Amino acid sequence: MARMKFLCDSERCIECNACVTACKNEHEVPWGINRRRLVTLNDGKPGERSISMACMHCNDPPCAAVCPVDCFLQTADGVVLHSKDLCIGCGYCFYACPFGAPQYPRTTDFGSRGKMDKCTFCAGGPEPDGSVEEYQKYGANRLAEGKLPLCAEMCSTRALMAGDGAVLADIYQERSLRRGYGSGAPGWSTAYGRNDRGSPFAPGGPATGGG
Amino acid sequence: MRPLRPLHALLLLIALLAAPTFAQAQLYQVPGPSSPTTREQVPLYVPQDDKVIGRVSIPDEKLAVLVQPEGREWREFRTHTLRLVIGGLAIAVTVILVAFYLYRGTIRIHDGLSGRLVLRFNGLDRFAHWTTAVSFLLMALTGVVLTYGRPLLIPLLGHQAFTTLAETSKSIHNFVSVPFVVGLLMIIALWLRDNIPEKADWTWIKSAGGLFSKAGGHHPEAGRFNAGQKGVFWGVVLGGMAMAATGYLMMVPFAVSGIGGMQILHVIHGLMAALLIAVVIGHIYIGTIGMEGAFDAMGSGEVDENWAIEHHRRWYKEQLRKGYVEDRQPAE
Ligand code: HEM
Ligand code: SF4
Ligand code: SF4
Repeated sequence: MARMKFLCDSERCIECNACVTACKNEHEVPWGINRRRLVTLNDGKPGERSISMACMHCNDPPCAAVCPVDCFLQTADGVVLHSKDLCIGCGYCFYACPFGAPQYPRTTDFGSRGKMDKCTFCAGGPEPDGSVEEYQKYGANRLAEGKLPLCAEMCSTRALMAGDGAVLADIYQERSLRRGYGSGAPGWSTAYGRNDRGSPFAPGGPATGGG
Repeated sequence: MRPLRPLHALLLLIALLAAPTFAQAQLYQVPGPSSPTTREQVPLYVPQDDKVIGRVSIPDEKLAVLVQPEGREWREFRTHTLRLVIGGLAIAVTVILVAFYLYRGTIRIHDGLSGRLVLRFNGLDRFAHWTTAVSFLLMALTGVVLTYGRPLLIPLLGHQAFTTLAETSKSIHNFVSVPFVVGLLMIIALWLRDNIPEKADWTWIKSAGGLFSKAGGHHPEAGRFNAGQKGVFWGVVLGGMAMAATGYLMMVPFAVSGIGGMQILHVIHGLMAALLIAVVIGHIYIGTIGMEGAFDAMGSGEVDENWAIEHHRRWYKEQLRKGYVEDRQPAE
């Protein structure tokens, strides 16, 4: 089965923010929640690069390991999802996530965070595929409809790609070979480089890494 | 801002193996004689051990951190180290106390009860103590629910029920912090004066407070608080302040620090919790089954005269001198 991944080719990204906008619109993401964002490195200097970043759907995801209520699941495609019914908004997943993916709606001024929200790889949540509850809590489930994440579909320069990791690697290497350079897939060693468990899990499953 | 240059340099070294065109290539990345000639030479997994920070156009500075591999260490702390330290210390202290109890039993008042009472802690003292004590126990319990919920409670309760418990615990932990800090401040105001370290404490420490002199009766002289109690005082006051500072900063995340700072705050909060829980277990032991007559000091507030003479002779004499105790010429 395919192992879903994101790959952002920083040589191509032009920081147009179409992916960010597509995501916000597709899932009706509220203000202040940034499921996807653009980070510019070496801003204004030679060698400036922009990278579009969201949840990378890591192998052996750190967020799942540290969650005190064990609310994460990983699908057979490697997509990391979580249950908002279980989440207590403690914020620990943000401390552990290497990519700053988890987001929290602010519910009160007293520091209390709402239920965590993050990129779902356009795959919804634990609710039945395509249900109203799923849409309200997690946004659209494109994967269930056989479609890939909208951010990548929307990318005009094909910098951001989503899909089977093996295919993405293939395209990226072919592309880099032709143009003559490539500086690596941003975040891949951190997200997919270690402990490839490669097995799906659900809350209470043996592979969440948190014990 | 952290330049990406070293990273690029490393990559190009591996991928292009070309020293002469290096400086130019790293800036402009143009195809050259050193470009990859096969797909396999194009790197995919680039080792990444440092934070990468850039610029974001959204009003959320913490999201400018693109990659923070340190999350891995924090994960290790949260999922293993913290559980080992909190549980390990608590169990170690309990084992030591059980062994001590078997060896020494309840430390009795050597000369028996005199039947005459001396006021040791007035209402305000006791109010401050119990406010702090009850808050502390609640804080420790609700905190530990988060730490051990996954291995211990979820298998028992199931996920949904545990979420309810964890959410409630979190609210209690947040709200009870207020009485905890109030109690702590009262304790400082009331007892700081009597807890300044002095020379006599050294004698007390050297003889371990007479804890191991089974014959009993022999106690190094102590004022209102002996060195052991002073240790608990300073531990709880300084430790409690550290808990409050780190705890409140965790309640308003990212108010003063970035992601690395939040991890450090959590680590300090967790380790300090482990330390305080261990200290408090010892404190509870000596205040209850460990020593005859000790609980009354905080219970009714009054202690037996012989207890006062044995454990806090200097304080007792002071009370006499000040006329708080009726002078009955106790046998010395
Ligand atoms: C004085 C004020 C305190 C405040 C404001 C405070 C606040 C916090 C906060 C915000 C957390 C993070 C989890 C959450 O969002 O609920 C936390 C966790 C925790 N606190 Fe406190 N706390 C305080 C005192 C204490 C005390 C006295 C103890 C016990 C000795 C304690 C033990 C813990 C433990 C064990 C955790 C869980 C750590 C983990 O499992 O990751 N706290 N506290
Ligand atoms: S650690 Fe972060 S990037 Fe990785 S799966 Fe969890 S939320 Fe996504
Ligand atoms: S915020 Fe929610 S999902 Fe994240 S660690 Fe806490 S309970 Fe788990």
